[in-house]
Amino acid sequence: MAYLIAFLIGGTICGLGQLILDLTTLSPGHVLVMFTVLGALAGGFGIYQPFLKFAGAGALVPVTGFGASIAKGSLLEAQRIGFIGLFTGAFEFTGQGLAVAVFFSAIAAIFFNPRS
Amino acid sequence: MPSQKARQQITKMPETIQAAQEQKRRQKVYEQLVAEKKPKPPYVRNFLAAFVTGGTICLLGQGVLSFFVRRGMDNVAATAPTLTVMILLGIVLTAFGVYDELAEFAGAGAAVPITGFANTIAASAIDFKHEGWVLGMGAKMFIIAGPVIVYGVLSGVFAAFVKLITKL
Repeated sequence: MAYLIAFLIGGTICGLGQLILDLTTLSPGHVLVMFTVLGALAGGFGIYQPFLKFAGAGALVPVTGFGASIAKGSLLEAQRIGFIGLFTGAFEFTGQGLAVAVFFSAIAAIFFNPRS
Repeated sequence: MPSQKARQQITKMPETIQAAQEQKRRQKVYEQLVAEKKPKPPYVRNFLAAFVTGGTICLLGQGVLSFFVRRGMDNVAATAPTLTVMILLGIVLTAFGVYDELAEFAGAGAAVPITGFANTIAASAIDFKHEGWVLGMGAKMFIIAGPVIVYGVLSGVFAAFVKLITKL
């Protein structure tokens, strides 16, 4: 059941992104930023957590979940250790992924060439 | 007595204004023409391709998430390793050229999941290495992902801050 919900919710978010691409002149970069910001705001204000609980990876894997993870890390650390936690916690859940992205993208650039 | 140069400018001005207006009008007509002739994107086909592809990627993500939860993590703790695995997957598929084809087919279905975010980093790193390892690959790796992180942190920290002070 969790798999079906993840498929449907994740698919819907991506479909919405596609509609925005088709109906406006925004670039995919703009849509990524927009979705991340929406997720981060929803995550910071605590709206995204129930959604995550319901949709699992359907809410986590789209970039909205990336934004929400930044906000969640910030909020959890700030609640634990005070205001400085806003910043120490920002990459609590996303830092690992970012480090992996930087490291392995650089490795990929060494060994692979662009396709023409 | 205005100098000859100034007089020239004065007599020339209406002409340039007219020319500018004419050019503006032509530009407008041209844009209208383009808008008319441009084929409308196949909304339904694009939506379905994005829906199915994005949904499938999230389905995979659910498998990864469930794996870490079964290994004894709670849902919050499993967030980081799940994102990491999906990012790694995006990079590998990008390196072998699979992700580009997926993006061609699925549009936002490939771009919106975190694998697409990873794709922008890996693809930029690969594409810009010809501009040098430092100022090409190193600097431009985040050419698309950079704004995502900037505005993600800006809005995320802001929202967390507001939530924090309204709760205190």
